[in-house]
Amino acid sequence: MRITVDRNKCTGLGICESLAPDVFEINDDGELVLTAEVPDGQLDDVEAAVSGCPTEALRLEQS
Amino acid sequence: MSRENLVVVGASLAGLRAVEAARKAGFRGAITLVGAEEHLPYDRPPLSKSFLDDRDPEPPVFRTESVLRDDLGVELSLGTPATGLDVAGKQVRVGERCLDYDALVIATGATARTLPGSQHLAGVHTVRTLDDAVAVRKALDAGARTLVVGAGFIGSEIASGARARGLDVTVVEAQATPLVRAVGEVMGSACSRLHHDNGTDLRCGVGVQRVEGDGRVERVVLSDGSVIDAELVVVGIGATPATDWLRDSGLTLDSLDNGVVCDETLCTGAEGVYAAGDVARWHNPVFERAMRLEHWTSAAEQGALAARNALDPAAATPYRTVPYFWSDVYGSRIQFVGVPASDEVRVVEGDPDRGGRIVALYREGDRLAGALTINGQNVIMKYRGLITKATSWPDALAFAEQRRAVAT
Ligand SMILES: Cc1cc2nc3c(=O)[nH]c(=O)nc-3n(C[C@H](O)[C@H](O)[C@H](O)COP(=O)(O)OP(=O)(O)OC[C@H]3O[C@@H](n4cnc5c(N)ncnc54)[C@H](O)[C@@H]3O)c2cc1C
Ligand code: SF4
Repeated sequence: MRITVDRNKCTGLGICESLAPDVFEINDDGELVLTAEVPDGQLDDVEAAVSGCPTEALRLEQS
Repeated sequence: MSRENLVVVGASLAGLRAVEAARKAGFRGAITLVGAEEHLPYDRPPLSKSFLDDRDPEPPVFRTESVLRDDLGVELSLGTPATGLDVAGKQVRVGERCLDYDALVIATGATARTLPGSQHLAGVHTVRTLDDAVAVRKALDAGARTLVVGAGFIGSEIASGARARGLDVTVVEAQATPLVRAVGEVMGSACSRLHHDNGTDLRCGVGVQRVEGDGRVERVVLSDGSVIDAELVVVGIGATPATDWLRDSGLTLDSLDNGVVCDETLCTGAEGVYAAGDVARWHNPVFERAMRLEHWTSAAEQGALAARNALDPAAATPYRTVPYFWSDVYGSRIQFVGVPASDEVRVVEGDPDRGGRIVALYREGDRLAGALTINGQNVIMKYRGLITKATSWPDALAFAEQRRAVAT
């Protein structure tokens, strides 16, 4: 599964980072950096991040 | 026992997440979503932020009517509040109708407190609903001199929105320091600096004596005798759980704030009845205490969990969380995780007297219990992780030291 972020929506609130810290991180510029693919065994956490994002900026897609 | 009728009362964030989670969990029965407002579920944080911009923003509606009705198969009952709950007969009263349920999620949120003796005047508003925000935006469009009562987060955001348009703004706060209950003394005053730095006239330790005007607000008289002219008065003095409709239900309401008292699985104690969001006071196992939050993240998560638990009580799981909220004021982002414990507050980055980026940690016993940042997006969630893992205070300080070393 691939993760995509809509940069126009993401405001760097970082809820995704707290739910799946291996996948998402807010960098020193306050911007979200993320891995493109969902790592093995982390789909639940990434799904929680997708639904936890207050701006609905994250999407999971079949890769 | 399989369930057939899920009723969700309160059609906002927690209520929406409840119906979505029910379908996601495979529930095929009937779902009715009952909302007092005419509007489809919409998002509140933007109401005091981007929605007040001088551009013409769209109402922040979460889902279209067709997604709710057709894709999720939800019966929408909007525009009429629920007025009663019979837990023995398992019915919710809505207007003339009685809805049967075998699973119920209470998600009626909270209602803004009003300033006694001012509500009859035009130009006096709270900001809780979309209608409130539309009215405030209109007043800002007209260039109203603005007075905000209460320097809490929502009041501060409104002040910031008015300043962004170059309007004169006064904020009146009854406490000597704003936000003391939310973030403690030191950081409360750090947050209040933002008002001063941005040209807002913040007056602490004074109350509102009366709001005057002839049909429409013209001026506000403060307890220190000063008089401030204003065409817009925004009252941001907190909210109380919307539980009037539950008064005769037999559910336990908190003796102090009337929140719905729940166990750690969000169950109210009545069969099949769960509560979620701003309305719910539940036992949070992470901090081993009862709490009621008025935060976006917990409302969303509780809504989903309350529905899953209500539909399958035998497998109910507790709601464990490290509370999180954010606020955007004057271009700065304030974020808080955990609880504002008061055993010790240590500023580990920045200087509250100078403004700019600040990171502060809160200690309870020998454990890290909370963290607040102003413009600290890159660390705040790392502290949330540390709090989740019950990190000791010395370890938290060591982490902060290491981050600081990297940054400089
Ligand atoms: C202006 C504003 C800005 C905010 N900003 C932030 C922020 O930056 N960060 C953050 O973390 N949180 C923020 N919040 C808080 C966040 O929006 C709330 O925690 C969240 O909306 C709670 O969702 P809820 O569904 O529990 O309750 P609510 O959103 O209050 O919804 C409850 C719904 O139930 C309806 N209702 C009430 N009584 C009845 C009844 N008897 N029958 C039927 N329906 C009823 C109400 O009309 C309402 O639509 C903000 C809130 C406001 C108002
Ligand atoms: S939770 Fe959403 S808005 Fe926040 S950083 Fe992640 S993607 Fe961006």
